[in-house]
Amino acid sequence: MFRIGVDVGGTNTDAVLMQDSRVLESCKTPTTADVMSGVRNALNTVLQSSGVDRGQVDAVMIGTTHFTNAVVQRRDLAPTAAVRLGLPATAALVPMVDWPEDLRDVIGNHYALAHGGHEFDGRKISEIDADELKRIASDIAAKGIKAVAISAVFSPVNTEMEQEAKAILEQELPDAHFSLSSDIGRVGLLERENAAIMNACLRNLSDSTITAFKNALSEAGLSAAFYLTQNDGTLMSEELARRFPVLTFASGPTNSMRGAAFLSGLKDAVVIDIGGTTTDVGALQKGFPRQAGVAVEVGGVRTNFRMPDVFSIGLGGGSLVSGGTGDVQVGPQSVGFRLTEEALIFGGGTLTASDIAVAAGMGDFGDASKVSGQPAELVDAAVARMQDMLSVVVERMRLSPEPIPVIAVGGGSILAKEQIGDLPVRCPENHAVANAVGAAIAQISGELDRVYALSDQTRDKVLEEAKAEAIEKAVEAGAKRDTVEIVDVEDVPLAYLPGNATRVRVKAVGDLDGIS
Amino acid sequence: MASRKLDEQQLEDLAVGAAILGTGGGGNPYIGKLRVRELMRQGKTVEIIPLESLADDDLVVSVGGIGAPVVGIEKIERGDECYQALKAIEEETGRQITALISAEVGGSNSMEPLITAAQAGIPVVDGDGMGRAFPEVQMMTFFIYGHAPQPAAIADEKGNVVVFRQVKDMYWLEKFARTIAVDMGAAAGFADPPMRGDFIKQYAIPGTLTQATDLGRCVRLANKQNRNPLEAIETEAGGRLQFLGKITDVRRELKGGFAVGRVKLESLDSPLDQAEIDIQNENLVLRCNGVVTVSVPDLIIVLDVDTGEPITTEVLRYGMRVAVMAFPCHPLMRTERALKVVGPKAFGYADVDYQPLVP
Repeated sequence: MFRIGVDVGGTNTDAVLMQDSRVLESCKTPTTADVMSGVRNALNTVLQSSGVDRGQVDAVMIGTTHFTNAVVQRRDLAPTAAVRLGLPATAALVPMVDWPEDLRDVIGNHYALAHGGHEFDGRKISEIDADELKRIASDIAAKGIKAVAISAVFSPVNTEMEQEAKAILEQELPDAHFSLSSDIGRVGLLERENAAIMNACLRNLSDSTITAFKNALSEAGLSAAFYLTQNDGTLMSEELARRFPVLTFASGPTNSMRGAAFLSGLKDAVVIDIGGTTTDVGALQKGFPRQAGVAVEVGGVRTNFRMPDVFSIGLGGGSLVSGGTGDVQVGPQSVGFRLTEEALIFGGGTLTASDIAVAAGMGDFGDASKVSGQPAELVDAAVARMQDMLSVVVERMRLSPEPIPVIAVGGGSILAKEQIGDLPVRCPENHAVANAVGAAIAQISGELDRVYALSDQTRDKVLEEAKAEAIEKAVEAGAKRDTVEIVDVEDVPLAYLPGNATRVRVKAVGDLDGIS
Repeated sequence: MASRKLDEQQLEDLAVGAAILGTGGGGNPYIGKLRVRELMRQGKTVEIIPLESLADDDLVVSVGGIGAPVVGIEKIERGDECYQALKAIEEETGRQITALISAEVGGSNSMEPLITAAQAGIPVVDGDGMGRAFPEVQMMTFFIYGHAPQPAAIADEKGNVVVFRQVKDMYWLEKFARTIAVDMGAAAGFADPPMRGDFIKQYAIPGTLTQATDLGRCVRLANKQNRNPLEAIETEAGGRLQFLGKITDVRRELKGGFAVGRVKLESLDSPLDQAEIDIQNENLVLRCNGVVTVSVPDLIIVLDVDTGEPITTEVLRYGMRVAVMAFPCHPLMRTERALKVVGPKAFGYADVDYQPLVP
C-alpha cells in the first residue's frame, strides 16, 4: 500500500511517498503564503517522480503548524464563549484571566460561570441548574457567538456535567460548535479550560482548513483518506481534526522524532533534529516522544495538554562561527535559510557551522575547496565546541544511565559526529525529511488520565482497568485492535488525600486500520 | 522600615522567591499570584508592614489554604474562604484582627494572606511561621513556641464554616482540620488562632516576604542581564551552593499521605562525586558522598542550572541538570524546642544529627 506524509513547516513543506515501510520518494518545497498550493506542489512532486498511480495511494497524513500560527498571530479566530461549571467554587479566577489581552480581545472575552462540577472524590460541588444554563445560552445567542467552550471542575475524573451542560446549551444554540475541556486536557482547571477555549476559537478555521486540504488532495488527483497528526505523534481523522484543531499544536517536533525512530529502527533513543538555526532535542520512549511534565505556553496561553518535551539550542547548519581558537563561539546567530548564499562553501563570505563541518571532513556538500584554508586549530576548536553543545542537551534528555543511541536528523545533521559523549550517533537515510516520514507513519492512540482511590482496589487492578480503557479508546479512534499496545503508564501518588489517591495516565497506540 | 504597598512586579518576584523558599514543596504560587493580581487590578491594595510596627496588643492571624495541592489547581476557590474563616475568628473572640501573617512563606501559602488582607483592608506582616515550607501546621514557630491552638476556623466555598473553640493541642487541630478539609473537598480556607503583636515580634520569622521578593528579583535580573543566576543567588541573596550535578535516579512512593522519595545526583565533573536528597513533600536531607551536609530545618533547594528557577519535587527526573542550594534557617528554628518538631529526627531520620549550616 502507498501513503504520503506531508509536513507543512514555516520554511519548507516536505513530502514523502512511502510504500509499506519504504520511502520511495521525498521532496522539500518552499512553504507558500496560501499553504495549500505548497502542499499541492509537494504532492505532485513525489507522485510524479515516483510514477505511482494516484488511485493507489491509500492515505495522506499531514502535519501542520497552521493552527498554532493562527493563535500566535491572532488571526482567523472566532468569537468564543467560555462556560464554566463550578459555582460556588472557582469564582476567584474567571476564564481567560491570564491570557494576553490582545488574544482575549480578539475572541471577545465572553464568559459565564454556572453551577455544577465535581469534587476530587466524585461528589458533586453543586447540581447543574438548567435554567441558569438556558439564560447563559440565550445571552450567547444574542451576541451571535457560535463557538462555545465548556469546562467543569474535575471533568477529567467525571465528564458527565460537561456533557449535560452541552445538551442543554445545544437546544438553545443549534448552530454552535462545542468544545468540552474533558475531551482535550487533563487535571488543572485553568490550563484545560484554556485549551478548550483555544480549540473553540479555532473551530471555524479548522473547518475551512480541512476543506482546503481536501481540495488540495483532490486537485492533486488523490481520493485517499486523509489525516492530521497531533502532538503525541498519532493521527486524527478528518472528522476529529475538525473538532479538535488544538491537538495539532507542536506536532512538528513530534513528527520529526517519530520519523527518526522509524528511519533508524530504534524505539528508545535521543533525537537531535538539527535545522538551519536551532537544534531540537527530544527523547524517544517506546518509539514516542517523551511528554513535557510542566505547563507549556502557546501564543502566551498556559496549557497542559500533551506536548513533547523538546529542548532547543541555537545551533544549526547556518550558525555563525566567531572568535578564535581559544574562545570560539558557534551560534546562536545564524544565516538561516540564506545558508546557500552566505556560507563559504557556497561562495559567500560568512563562516558558518556547515563550513566547519565540511572543513573537518564530517560531511561533503558545497565546495570544500572554499574552506581548505581555514586554520586546523580553529576548525578543531569549533568542532569541539559544537560537540560540547550537543553533548549538554543530549545528556539533559537522556532517560537513564544506560547507554542509549542518538539519532541525528534534519538538514544540519552533518554537524553531529559519530559519537556524542559516550553515545553512538546514527544518521539514517532520508534523515532530512524525517518530519514528513513521521507524519506518514503516525499511528492512532487512546489515552486515559484519571484519579483513582487505591484504598478500594489494588494498584494492579486499577492499572489493568485503565489500560483496558485506553485500548478501547484507541480502537474507537480507528486503531486496528490486534496492533494496539500500551506505550505509556504513569501513576503519581497524590499527597494529602485519603484513600491513597493516585493519578493514572495510560496511553495505547495501534496501527491505523486498513494500513499494514 | 516603613510599610509598603505591593506592586505587580514585586508580586511576580515574590511568587518566584516563594517557590524557591518552598524547598521543593509548598505548592505552586501561580493560582494565588493570579488572584492577588486580579484584586490589585480591581483597585484593592496589599500593604506590607514590618514586624516592629505591630503594637503589643495587636491581634494577628495567619490564614492559608488547606487541602491537597492537586485539588487546588482544579477546584479554584470561590475567593473569600480564608476571609470567612477570619471573620469567624473575629466573631468568636469579639476582637478586630489588625494584621495577617503567612503561615509558611514557601510555596502557595505565601499568597493567601495577601488575598485576604486585600479583601479585609488590613496589612500583612513581613514575616511568616516557617521561613520555608513544611508539611504540617504544628511545624510553625507560632505553635512550637506555645501559642494556643484555639480558636481556629475553616471555611469552604459552599458557606460552611467550622470553628475550633476548644482543641487539646496542635496535633488535634491538624487532625481535625485535615479531616474536615477533605470533607470540604480537599480545598478550604483556614484561619489560625489570633496571636498578640508582642508574640509575633518575638516568634515570627522576620522579613521573609522581603527575602522572597529579593530572591525572585535577583533571579529575574540575572536572567535578563545574562548573568549566572546561581552566582547571583549566592552573592546577593545568601544562598550556598552545595552541589552541581545531574540527576541519576528518582524514586518516589506514598507513605502516610506524604510523597516520600530519594533523588540521586552525580557531579558534572566527576561521576565519583555524588549526592542524595531525601524528600518528604519537601527536600529534607542532603548527603554529599554519603555524608549529611545539610538537613532540616535548614533549607535545601533544587534549582535549574541554567535559569536558577526552582524545581519542585514532583517534576524532578532523570537527566536534569540541577544546582542544590542551601540557606540557613532562622535561629528560631534551631532551638532544642524547635528541632523536636522540625529537626531531622522529627521526620524519622534517627541517625541524622542536625548540624546547623553556618550563617
